[in-house]
Amino acid sequence: MRRLVWLAAVAFTILGVAAAQAQDTPRRGGTIRMTAPYAASFGSLDPHATPRAQDDIVGKALQRSLYSWDTANNKPVLELAKSVSASPDGLTFTYKLRDDAYFHNGRKMTADDIIWSYNRIMDGTKGFPGARYVRIIKGAVDVEKGQAKEISGLKKIDDFTLEMTLTERVEPGYYFFAGTTAILPREEVEKGNYGAHPVGLGPFKFKEHIPGSRVVAERWDKFYKPGKPYADKLEVLIMAEAAARDVAFRNKEIDTSILGPAQYVAYRADPDLSKGILEVAEMFTRAMLYNPTYKPFADKRVRQAINYAIDTNLIIKRLVKDKAYRAVSWLPPSSAAFDKTMKPYPFDPAKAKKLLADAGYPNGFEFELSTSQNESWGLPIVEAIIPYLDKVGIKLKPKLVEVTVLTEIAMKGEHQAFIGSNLTGPDSLATLRCFYSKTPRTACNYTSFNNPEFDKLLDAAGEAADMAKRNDLLRQANNLLYEEAPVWFFNYNKAVLAYQPWIHGLQANPTEITHQYPENIWVDATSPAK
Amino acid sequence: MLPILARRVANIIPTLAAVVALVFLLFSVLPGSFVSAMNEDGRSNIDPAVMERMRKEMGLDDPVTTRFAKYVANIVVGDLGTSFRTREPVTKLISARVWPSLKLVFAAMCFAIAVGVPLGFLAALRPGSAIDTASMVGAISGLSLSQFWLGLMLMYLFALQLKWLPSFGYGDGGIRHLILPAVALGVGPMALLARTTRAAVLDVLNADFVRTARSKGMTETRVVEWHVLRNALVLVITTIGLQFGSLMGAAVVVEKLFSWPGVGSLLVDSVFQRDIPTVQGCILLIVTFFLVINTLIDLAYVAIDPRIRYG
Repeated sequence: MRRLVWLAAVAFTILGVAAAQAQDTPRRGGTIRMTAPYAASFGSLDPHATPRAQDDIVGKALQRSLYSWDTANNKPVLELAKSVSASPDGLTFTYKLRDDAYFHNGRKMTADDIIWSYNRIMDGTKGFPGARYVRIIKGAVDVEKGQAKEISGLKKIDDFTLEMTLTERVEPGYYFFAGTTAILPREEVEKGNYGAHPVGLGPFKFKEHIPGSRVVAERWDKFYKPGKPYADKLEVLIMAEAAARDVAFRNKEIDTSILGPAQYVAYRADPDLSKGILEVAEMFTRAMLYNPTYKPFADKRVRQAINYAIDTNLIIKRLVKDKAYRAVSWLPPSSAAFDKTMKPYPFDPAKAKKLLADAGYPNGFEFELSTSQNESWGLPIVEAIIPYLDKVGIKLKPKLVEVTVLTEIAMKGEHQAFIGSNLTGPDSLATLRCFYSKTPRTACNYTSFNNPEFDKLLDAAGEAADMAKRNDLLRQANNLLYEEAPVWFFNYNKAVLAYQPWIHGLQANPTEITHQYPENIWVDATSPAK
Repeated sequence: MLPILARRVANIIPTLAAVVALVFLLFSVLPGSFVSAMNEDGRSNIDPAVMERMRKEMGLDDPVTTRFAKYVANIVVGDLGTSFRTREPVTKLISARVWPSLKLVFAAMCFAIAVGVPLGFLAALRPGSAIDTASMVGAISGLSLSQFWLGLMLMYLFALQLKWLPSFGYGDGGIRHLILPAVALGVGPMALLARTTRAAVLDVLNADFVRTARSKGMTETRVVEWHVLRNALVLVITTIGLQFGSLMGAAVVVEKLFSWPGVGSLLVDSVFQRDIPTVQGCILLIVTFFLVINTLIDLAYVAIDPRIRYG
């Protein structure tokens, strides 16, 4: 009897280990069911034509750019090239391209495709969003202005060697990992109506698009990463409504779901659902941006006072339900230039009052704050800060507008202050350029920030060839922003993705958590989707 | 009948022209543009030089009169323009959504008629009874319930708890995916139809000719079939027509909740993104649908009630 029990125990142990190993070993086959949560439709499946985050969810499956984002190490890495070497001046990069990358129509990618794609993006008659990145290549602006037909800074050495000369010393990976710079096959685009049947280099090839409902893609067997993708099929299902996503997720009809604050609380409290939550500090900084043309905001002490006056931690805890990280200056924690020793502004209404009095506003002042309806960085937050500011004498009048209108207001400077979500990555130098004095408001300097010391730090960072030195200079610049307080530093978005127990290989992508590289994802046999 | 039809069709044209002009002018003065809306998800960053090129490409800087003239010239030849968002013809965008919309609207109305009309009849034939009270309470609830809440409850019960139906999506276009959104959309019209039918039947039941028919010895069943039904139908059909016509636009909440790829959700998305050509195309379609349905209802009156003649 004892022998039987012992044998049974050994058998169970072996089975258990095997099962655990099976869970860790990617399984080939199955269907991944991701969700597109930001709108009720896709804008375009032509990656050059759309900057929308939602469209790039599909883009990551069907397309590839010269670089991709390494989520484990938080940096761009080569994707369509095997190696790259830089010239001593740091402006010319020579890429040895992959010779095993095939478009979904069966043709091999060559240097010509990269040259053609970047030239297309710079077409001056089209407003392709990727132009902001490709413009860094020498000669790109000439194409944009119609003064040249080809970008002079792109040179084909041979089919699989490409030379790229830039206009300034930057890490090209930060520019060319963007989905809007995807490499496309010329012959497919020139057929016309490319968005209806996109052909790319991605791990999945296009199968069907039901507008307003879903995109379905199938495994591309000639993908250049051996053994990948694992899944047979990928479905990207449009689900803009958080409550509906919640029901569908609990009903096991979808594999992943972005959580809003209300769902975040519920899922964390659930013993089963809490096991499948992926969190990451995304590269979005939520802040109230002051317009210094409105007299009180021209004084640093007033700007600092507002940071002291608001109990930001409590708002994040109670209103945002901890679905955010407290902001310390502008750059997010995932930035290499983020100062981990910095502490955020403490809640100190007495200090706020003193600063206001020193600035000549002992009785406070009034201002209008333009805001959207957004639950995480809009009207609910504004309503929460009204009583805090009131206690120090500042009367805040909310002005509710659509997000569309908010962008226009910010660019035209038709505001005293506005609250919004700002993309703050992944290139820290480009991010901090939004506070460079020569950057116009229309480009992103919405606070009309003008500080010679800051400018000097940024110029030096741009010249620095050594990344460690560059990051150090950027850190100093970021810390200076903290001191100058051109904004009320609210929070960095905490992106939260709920996932089912049968899905593996998801990445905590701080650039955008819904932008998963699906070749790394696999579903085990317990998935109900076939 | 043909002259009536021709007159009705001729009346549609000025209505459509007025709608086209009104929508165009409205979106010309509305703040925000497609270009600034590119960051409406708060996750994109648009370069000002690119924004300027977009504005040029889409003709957003042209004077309103120029844009309107171009638009009208294109509409006349059936060209609804190019979507700013997808850069595809608006007709192509809309045509992909029309069939799902029609399916949803038709299914919702079938549900509404199948449940609401008999309920209203029963209630009217037994006034003051438990059936009458229950059906009217149900009708008022149906009119008061939020489509969003009702849709969520249906998802929760039939998908999550009972596992009978899928909770969202278009699926393969089959009936399983259609049931929940159709019921969510159809409850409001069902409630209205129940009340309208009850009122119409009660009105006819008290008419002199019905009293005469009864006094001639006709059975109650015969009275209802021969006299009450046809006379009550005029009001019921008017209500059906008005509901049917407006449902395509009113379906937007249900479409968004259930991720149903209809014209309503396309319209709302396009409004938020200021994709003006698509907005105009959708509104044109919805108004045309409404006017066509109402024309058909007007023609149906003649068939139902021979006393109705259009001069």
